[in-house]
Amino acid sequence: MALLEVTNLGISFGGLRAVNAFDISIEKEELYGLIGPNGAGKTTVFNLLTGVYKPDSGKVILDGTDITGKKTIDISKSGIARTFQNIRLFKQLSVLDNVKVGLHNKHHYSTAEGILRLPRYRRVEREMDEQAMELLKVFHLDQAAHLTAANLPYGEQRRLEIARALATEPKLLLLDEPAAGMNPNETGELMDMIRFVRENFHMTILLIEHDMKLVSGICEKLTVLNFGEVLAQGATSDVLNDPQVITAYLGE
Amino acid sequence: MSFISYLINGLSLGSVYAIIALGYTMVYGIAKMLNFAHGDVIMIGAYIALLTMSQAGMSPAIAVVAAVIVCTVLGVLIERIAYKPLRNASSSLAVLITAIGVSYLLQNIALLVFGANTQTFPSVITWSGISLAGGQLNISGVTIVTIAACLIIMAVLMTFVQKTKPGQAMRAVSEDKGAAQLMGINVNGTIALTFAIGSALAAIAGVLLCSAYPSLTPYTGAMPGIKAFVAAVFGGIGSIPGAFIGGLLLGIIEILGRAYISSQMADALVFAVLIVVLLVKPTGLLGKKIQEKV
Repeated sequence: MALLEVTNLGISFGGLRAVNAFDISIEKEELYGLIGPNGAGKTTVFNLLTGVYKPDSGKVILDGTDITGKKTIDISKSGIARTFQNIRLFKQLSVLDNVKVGLHNKHHYSTAEGILRLPRYRRVEREMDEQAMELLKVFHLDQAAHLTAANLPYGEQRRLEIARALATEPKLLLLDEPAAGMNPNETGELMDMIRFVRENFHMTILLIEHDMKLVSGICEKLTVLNFGEVLAQGATSDVLNDPQVITAYLGE
Repeated sequence: MSFISYLINGLSLGSVYAIIALGYTMVYGIAKMLNFAHGDVIMIGAYIALLTMSQAGMSPAIAVVAAVIVCTVLGVLIERIAYKPLRNASSSLAVLITAIGVSYLLQNIALLVFGANTQTFPSVITWSGISLAGGQLNISGVTIVTIAACLIIMAVLMTFVQKTKPGQAMRAVSEDKGAAQLMGINVNGTIALTFAIGSALAAIAGVLLCSAYPSLTPYTGAMPGIKAFVAAVFGGIGSIPGAFIGGLLLGIIEILGRAYISSQMADALVFAVLIVVLLVKPTGLLGKKIQEKV
């Protein structure tokens, strides 16, 4: 049984069929790429998977549970986390707090306990601090823990977004153009980091990317979207040599 | 000596404004809306406290608790019924107009239920206060309790927002609702909690206000509500310390203006201050300046 099993997913915006008959099947600990020309519907697929949009057809099964059309927060709880194409950190919060927000659903105390600062509040907050710091260490952000997120350099903001997503302890991590705006050096580091996340966290990753060096370098499988429909699907090298895919990217 | 006494009265009135302004500013910071019905929640809180004391014959402490509970529920209900369905409305004007509507609704319900007659509000503070400088400077118990309540509320609220999980969720929702939701934050719950806290504070402000100025009508909340809004903008809307400082300054300006300039002009003075502040520093005293990257 695959970790993520999507069949016949589709959504229309007015008269436009943004995504149509989208199928994908991702195994545990797989590194999967979703590529396609601009406007092909890649980010729309992410929004459908995370419940930002409600699909008007199809099914999404995560680890055996049907999560089709569920609310964003419930999907987050069932184990999908994501990053954004245009970084969406909580910019005025500290680096540590950004990660702690991701930890919220795994740690509990009541509002009253928080106001009165009862022992459980202290214990849970300490646990959250420790856990968040550990995550930050993994991403070499522990030195910056108390800086405001907005003050981090661009590459570190991208790393922090991934750390925040991992804090929710997801089963599936969605990365939306993680290499956008990076130079070849930074992209190389990012590739190492994505591999590292997969191995250390035993994470299943689905990523959208335009950088073909990154895609061919780390993705095992690819799905190509074009005009909202699946154009090709399979092992990375097969897909990239598919004449149809080459046509879609480069024109006739 | 009279100057000091005016100053202390100003601080006391300012403390009430600050407590109300905290509700305005938190709701604005987190839900990005101006809750113009906030002032009328104060009035409802005062009526509940009055009824608990005069009709049910309960002690002032129980009256305050009753007012807080009723206002908290009222605040959450208003949010659920009137504002939440409009949260994703295309125009932010929709929710603003609705808030004004809710304000009139509350006033008219109060007219219907409690009547238009001015009621005398018995002070919840029985302590007569202290006398300083050989009886030249008398500070009433209400004044002292109001200022102390404001300081305590302010301190608790600051640590709550900065140091606790629900506070952190509030700050995250304030910045990016969508991203917060995708990280597993319950956005609806967080906004409801903000309204609950704001309305609970409104109840406390209502009781303190009517203890100091003991006449209560269905319109009692309107003017302090607007002035607290001015205080929130004055201090920088969205900022909790801003609401505190804005409230205190406004109270002092109003009382000193009433004492030394003209008691009829005091209200005009308050709004004139707002205009001047907005001309000089459009984001308010502690408001954040948002720089657009070009």
